Amino acid sequence: MKRLLIAGVALAAGLTAASWSMAEPVDDTLEIDGKPMITRAKAPEGMPFDEVLSGWLYREAETRDLERDTFENPGMVPVEDGEVLWSKVDGTAGKSCATCHGDAAESMKGIGATFPKWDADSNKPINVELQINKCRTEQMGAEAYPFDKGGQNELTAYIKHQSLGLPVQIDLAEGDMQSWWEQGKELYYTRTGQLDLACASCHEANAGKFIRADHLSQGQVNGFPVYRLKSGFTSLHNRFRGCIRDTRAEMPKAFSDELMALETYVTWRGTGLSVETPAVRP
Amino acid sequence: MKLTRRHVLGLTVGAAAFAVAGARISPALASVEDTEKAIMDFTGGIAPGAGKITLTAPEIAENGNTVPISVSVESAMEGDDLVESVILFADGNPSPPVATFHFTEMSGAALATTRMRLAKTQNVVAVAKMKDGSFFMDKKEVKVTIGGCGG
Amino acid sequence: MASKPRIKVPKTASAGEVITIKTLISHEMESGQRKDKDGNPIPRQIINKFTCAFEGQTVFECDLDPAISANPYFEFNAKVPASGTFKFTWLDDDGSVYEAEELIEVK
Repeated sequence: MKRLLIAGVALAAGLTAASWSMAEPVDDTLEIDGKPMITRAKAPEGMPFDEVLSGWLYREAETRDLERDTFENPGMVPVEDGEVLWSKVDGTAGKSCATCHGDAAESMKGIGATFPKWDADSNKPINVELQINKCRTEQMGAEAYPFDKGGQNELTAYIKHQSLGLPVQIDLAEGDMQSWWEQGKELYYTRTGQLDLACASCHEANAGKFIRADHLSQGQVNGFPVYRLKSGFTSLHNRFRGCIRDTRAEMPKAFSDELMALETYVTWRGTGLSVETPAVRP
Repeated sequence: MKLTRRHVLGLTVGAAAFAVAGARISPALASVEDTEKAIMDFTGGIAPGAGKITLTAPEIAENGNTVPISVSVESAMEGDDLVESVILFADGNPSPPVATFHFTEMSGAALATTRMRLAKTQNVVAVAKMKDGSFFMDKKEVKVTIGGCGG
Repeated sequence: MASKPRIKVPKTASAGEVITIKTLISHEMESGQRKDKDGNPIPRQIINKFTCAFEGQTVFECDLDPAISANPYFEFNAKVPASGTFKFTWLDDDGSVYEAEELIEVK
């Protein structure tokens, strides 16, 4: 056991070692179908960086190109599936999303840039996935989508895609958002797991460097759900859990209080970046 | 059995020896041979020439699951100056064939792009078959990186 | 979820113009190389052929092997002699045929 511990410490030490080669984000601009995206923004007050940077800037040229054209972006397939779900009647009330919200291009514009929001009913922050479930159970008489299933990611992506290009700006003044932000911040800086890593260990202290062959970004969430070349369409809470798993820690459940606090805080860290849903990442 | 340092060392050396012995019949080499043989099957034994065909692939692929590749062949795409097909191989994949493109005069140009899977760093090979019975080949090495987290 | 194929063909062209066509279809492209949780091989199921024809004449075809990525994407060219219809066909290992059509107007 002692050996294991030593090995773990050595690994963790390796991650902070200065031997990492530097590789800065690229000097490139992103237009999606000709629409300009903000991939660099002045950091909100209280951020340790001067500039917040989209993960797009940390990718290789071929991956960046996949995002420039919505036709070539494989993430647009699930977004189009989400468009079908938007108008699909489900549940005992005989309603679809469109029954109440009409044209998503109008009614959902801005949603992807302003969630999570305060939800007075549950006395917690609510994200797009949970808002969909709230509508489904309370308005449509339908079952809540289980995590990552049933069309949850497709519909979430379709809704967020309506805000493509809009800068992320969440309202921390609503309800208790500020205290959830504080909890999220604490989690962000808390080292966890056998590898003893916090979110900040990789995405703040070592952003721009390589972890093996992977270029570490600031860990921004403005493009979720994302299309990962490695594993296909991926939700934010799935990614959170994947990262936490890789520190060899116990994973909190999707949409748990911990991960909702983290989503609130990490979304704020990307203030000013364009919504890129569906972004393309390795 | 109590595992001592000596035992561990012994096991490691044993494993290394096994790896070396295994390398002689490693699937990678088999794939390179399979690819060479498949090219000869495609050309009917004619060694393909250089030039005319350009294979475009990233030097480094961020993930082997989705690697963009393009081929283009110089041709008027009319009469006898026509590219009939282009065959693609990945010589380090468990199974080297990737795709075969077929062109016609209606294609207008012998150009095609797709996305492929690469199991590891290896060569991608493209061979064009011209209507006049000649063959041309291009080859690019693509380095496939391993993700930092969770493999 | 079976999505309809995505196809990009210009709406208009001049006679004899060489245009660019892009297609993308949602498909797992199960390679036959993977194993499930219990260690049993997952059987291969891929799209094995793609064709594009204009008014019944073949423009471009591709035989696909399992090394083609999930959601097969193609970009290729076509010479457009006159107004007409492009027909796209994808053949699945399981015998399914997915089809789509796009019109082009020659001005």
